Amino acid sequence: MKIVVLLKMVPDVVEELEIGADGKSLNTEYLRMITNEPDNHALEEALLLKEKHSGTVTVVALDAPEVDDALFTALAKGADQAFKITDGDGMLGTCAGAYRLVQTLFTIPGLLPADLILTGAQAIDDLDGLTAPLISHMLRLPELGIVTRVDVNTANATAKVVREFPGGVRGEYEVKLPAVLGIQAAEKPPRYVPVAKVRAAMKSQVIQSVPAPQGDGGFRSSPVVEMTKPKVAGHAQMLEGPAEKIADQFCEILATHGLL
Amino acid sequence: MPDPVSLPILGLPGYFHLWALTLVSFFVFGNRVVRHVRVLAQARPENRWDHLGQRIGLVVKNVLGQRRMLDEPLIGAAHLIIFWAFVAYASTFFWNLLRGLIPALAIPYPDDVRWVAFVVQALGVLGVIALAVAAVRRYMFTPTSLERSRDATLILILIAVVLVSALAGAGFKAMATGGEHSWQPVGKFVAAIFVGVGVPRWLAPALFLWAWWIHMITVLGFLAYLPYSKHLHLLASPFGVFFASLEPNKMPAPSEGASRLQDFTWRELFSGFACAECGRCDRTCPSFSSGEPLSPKQLIHHVKELVLAGVENPAGGNGKKFLGDVVRPEDVWACTTCGSCMERCPVFNEHIPLLIEMRRKLVSEGDVQTRLQEAFTNLSRYGNSFGQSERKRAAWTQSLDFKLKDARKEPVQWLWYVGEYACYHPSLLEITRSLARTLRTAGVDYGILYEAERNSGNDVRRVGEEGLFELLRQKNVATLEKAQFKNLFTTDPHVYNTLKNEYPNLNHGQHVVSHYTELLAWLLADGQLQVKHKLPYRVTYHDPCYLGRYNGVYDPPRAVLKALGVDLNEMPRSHGQSFCCGAGGGRIWMEEIGGAKTRPSEIRVREAASLDGVQYLVVACPKDYVMFQDALKTTGLEGKLFIKDIAELAEEAIAA
Amino acid sequence: MAQEIWVLAEQWKGQISDITYELLALGDELATALGVNLQAVLLGKQVKQLAQSLGKASSVLCMEHDALEAPVPEVFAQALAPVVRARNPQLVLIPLTNVTLELGSLLAAKLDAPYVNSCKNARLVDGKLRTRSVVYGGKLEVLVNPPQPLAILGILPGARPAEQGRGEKAPAVEEVRVDSLEIPAIRLHGYIEPEAGDIDISKQDVLVSVGRGLQNKDNLALAEELAAALGGAVCGSRPVIDQGWLPLSRQVGKSGVVVKPKLYLAAGISGAPEHVEGMKNSDLIFAINTDPQAPIFNVAHYGATADVMDLLPALTEAARNRKEAKSHA
Repeated sequence: MKIVVLLKMVPDVVEELEIGADGKSLNTEYLRMITNEPDNHALEEALLLKEKHSGTVTVVALDAPEVDDALFTALAKGADQAFKITDGDGMLGTCAGAYRLVQTLFTIPGLLPADLILTGAQAIDDLDGLTAPLISHMLRLPELGIVTRVDVNTANATAKVVREFPGGVRGEYEVKLPAVLGIQAAEKPPRYVPVAKVRAAMKSQVIQSVPAPQGDGGFRSSPVVEMTKPKVAGHAQMLEGPAEKIADQFCEILATHGLL
Repeated sequence: MPDPVSLPILGLPGYFHLWALTLVSFFVFGNRVVRHVRVLAQARPENRWDHLGQRIGLVVKNVLGQRRMLDEPLIGAAHLIIFWAFVAYASTFFWNLLRGLIPALAIPYPDDVRWVAFVVQALGVLGVIALAVAAVRRYMFTPTSLERSRDATLILILIAVVLVSALAGAGFKAMATGGEHSWQPVGKFVAAIFVGVGVPRWLAPALFLWAWWIHMITVLGFLAYLPYSKHLHLLASPFGVFFASLEPNKMPAPSEGASRLQDFTWRELFSGFACAECGRCDRTCPSFSSGEPLSPKQLIHHVKELVLAGVENPAGGNGKKFLGDVVRPEDVWACTTCGSCMERCPVFNEHIPLLIEMRRKLVSEGDVQTRLQEAFTNLSRYGNSFGQSERKRAAWTQSLDFKLKDARKEPVQWLWYVGEYACYHPSLLEITRSLARTLRTAGVDYGILYEAERNSGNDVRRVGEEGLFELLRQKNVATLEKAQFKNLFTTDPHVYNTLKNEYPNLNHGQHVVSHYTELLAWLLADGQLQVKHKLPYRVTYHDPCYLGRYNGVYDPPRAVLKALGVDLNEMPRSHGQSFCCGAGGGRIWMEEIGGAKTRPSEIRVREAASLDGVQYLVVACPKDYVMFQDALKTTGLEGKLFIKDIAELAEEAIAA
Repeated sequence: MAQEIWVLAEQWKGQISDITYELLALGDELATALGVNLQAVLLGKQVKQLAQSLGKASSVLCMEHDALEAPVPEVFAQALAPVVRARNPQLVLIPLTNVTLELGSLLAAKLDAPYVNSCKNARLVDGKLRTRSVVYGGKLEVLVNPPQPLAILGILPGARPAEQGRGEKAPAVEEVRVDSLEIPAIRLHGYIEPEAGDIDISKQDVLVSVGRGLQNKDNLALAEELAAALGGAVCGSRPVIDQGWLPLSRQVGKSGVVVKPKLYLAAGISGAPEHVEGMKNSDLIFAINTDPQAPIFNVAHYGATADVMDLLPALTEAARNRKEAKSHA
């Protein structure tokens, strides 16, 4: 089985996000980037499938701060190859990013056609699109998102795929391969790989750099007017004091609402 | 008196039989022991032949002196006696054997030599009494984790037979030879009893022979049986002590971890043989005492069985994985690395290195529970297990009305390595600030590393993530090298332990690491800190594992408390016997073990609360504070007992 | 012909979901401001009768086909694209739920039109369309001017109250023939319902909801006691369901159940957008979290920065005492 995993780095929201001087983008001074969490799940799902069906897992990502760490970690976890798309400009929108990823996939020898292309179902910086459907459109492949389980039948090149719906309901689909899947959660939590293994990967393995293709695929993006902190409609009225006092106030409130 | 080996038995002279029995016994014994050694040779090598002088000293104190056994005084004394009785009887046995095998040798039997007979008989009597004490303890007042196994019973009976047969023999000899051996009071006494119960004098020589042969055959049998029973420890434990770790708190050498026999070092495996299954480790283990699945004794037992499996079946295994099936991962993760087991073990077994080797293996395979994984990821990324931005490391200083010096930018006398709990945990921030104010009042020139301070890695190591430890240590060492300071102190005993023992030379070759209680003690002794009013509280003090047991710092916190004027009452388990709060070994980053009866922290606060009139349980470690505060809630002791950090008390006492 | 504003109706399990009405309300505002028609679009199999409730729109385009019975976003995109091309609306509003997540992006790619994701609002500023999107997990918002002629917006739940999107009159319904769809490479096999035999949290008046701040599965008992004392049930955010503390049927949020109880008590929940989506319309929201910056406090009516281990038992006791006092009175 040939599986491609697309990773992207997104702003780490553990840090305070500051708005840059232009009022439209992020201040990058203290900004840290972290792997998009659903992409981690996509990688995990790919590795689980590789363990079951043997084959290769290739990871591709756009260059961004801390992407090397993410790619070496992927290699240490068991990915076979890692590619980094370099010479791009700053922080790209999802559409431009997807275009670059697809164009790069074509240039990597022996990579396409792959049986499965996995990426996270969504990301916190998806403003002008979602990666999975964009990739599928450009590659003319079927796509399904919010996936939590993939069972591949290599014999007839199909996969049983589970998607999450509201209310805890899940849908079971049959998907003809090759296909693009947007993974929400892998069947198991993403595995841990010890630091020693990542460092070993840094010494013994290589991230191959691929230059960014020209053009942006002609995607129409919408100009950003402003980036702001959210206006909070309101804030809770905070109850103070020891637990007993808060509990009494709470009961008073419930009583006035006819709940007690 | 007839010579026991000259007489004909079944047509052959006695010594023929003796030779036959001896050869069989020695062969069985030797063959089995050699097979044990061969299996151990398959394990990883480890050099334990260094510092011979120190090692001999250990043997003298702990084998000849049985020092650790005496921590349980009654059985300790009894065991000491049994040990020396055993030494005496083993010596006379070999003497008897030598003389018996080679009748032409012109040496007397040992019981014909005055002072030997006296010593041996005296020890025999004492030994019998000691055996009785041991038997009563084992069968009527059975301590936790002491099994009443068939093996144990058999051994007690065998030793009893050995002693009784020798004493009876002495009695028969005395009967037969009349008043000759008046310097054998025991022999005479026993003879008198025999006469009293009507044993005819003419039978005495024959009975003596019977006693002699029963004695020799029992010992030869015991010798052959020894390497098949738990009493292999008799042979193994002196070696265990000799090959003990001279630095018991040191981490095992870097390794890939262990899950099979060949992955462990021979010394780690040897613990299985030296173990006498006394159960001291279990009784002192915080995890076991809480009803959690970990039993240090069982662990050593499993190791013994692992090696024995290799001895009995050198060809193949039984398909069961040692780490996984026999020792379950939850057992391995349950350890707090408090060090109590290793401190108590009379044969110097190494429980913690075994667990750490197995943890390393689990980590290398990624078999790590989610919460712990998150802690690792956070530590690696943000330098703290809370997952908080490293930029917020010094946020606790913001509400102080003075600015702390930045040791990265300007030289300071004292570098304060604060530690992640003291920096990030909401319950602890005020205590950290308290110390900051106190030190300022004392005029101490100190600074912190602000955002550059990362987790020191002590607990990361104990959880088996060596790679992460090295990453953290590398970054910290780089930071410390650039900072300018003369001395270094920390709030957290875990940080203290690793900076002191596991980091390379700091502060330019001086490498002095202090705990804040040591610093406070100096300041109080010097007069730089003045107690304005003594605190009228009745308190007890909990020795943190990594400050006390690991590093021997018991007095400075007590000196501080004395200077503050509090009335200090020690808990039953204090100093090296201090009972762990349960946070160490990375347990504070793990899920609670479901189904446990209680928690170590709950056991400890109850112990503190049992002291009459004690209001405060005083701590000197941020994790202790957090664990005990939670335990007060879950035990319902809130309002009856309070937790105080030494820093808080110090600030109170120096306030005008 | 003036370019219309379209709203894609979402039907789930044979019902028009609430978010459709929210979008109709928003669409109606924009259509009125621009002086154009509001058109609803309904896809499915045998769904014509559902069109009647979409009366806020002046008309409904009803597209029925066997292949549209199951929710497969790319089949929907395939069916919609030519119709959009032919009819030329200026704006298409698409609901963002688990049913339709990828649809907006797919459709926009097919039509070569800009797409704006995660919109919580859209309005006209100086005659031009401006949208407000939520990004970075709700930490920041981005205002965007989607270029015309055609823009596609993915709208989050809660942009407008659903009541505002219900119309009294029946709309004109136009049946549109769906051109032959390719045999889809994706086929719905069936649905997996969450375990039955459990209570339906969406029907409870009182919910005590737990999150990771509870630390430990053992502490669940504290929440259960409080729920019992208040006559309600326990539910939770996604992380506690993922960890197995509660079954899937108790999950509140985007992938779980949307609840609107009289009282929603959030204990140890940080307030991530996916969770808030599932409970923000509750009548009374009380949040407990040790972090005063937790976003849950922005949506709660009352809050306390206390330790759940302290406060839950205290609340339970106070509630029990009240009830006892009342029953004795």
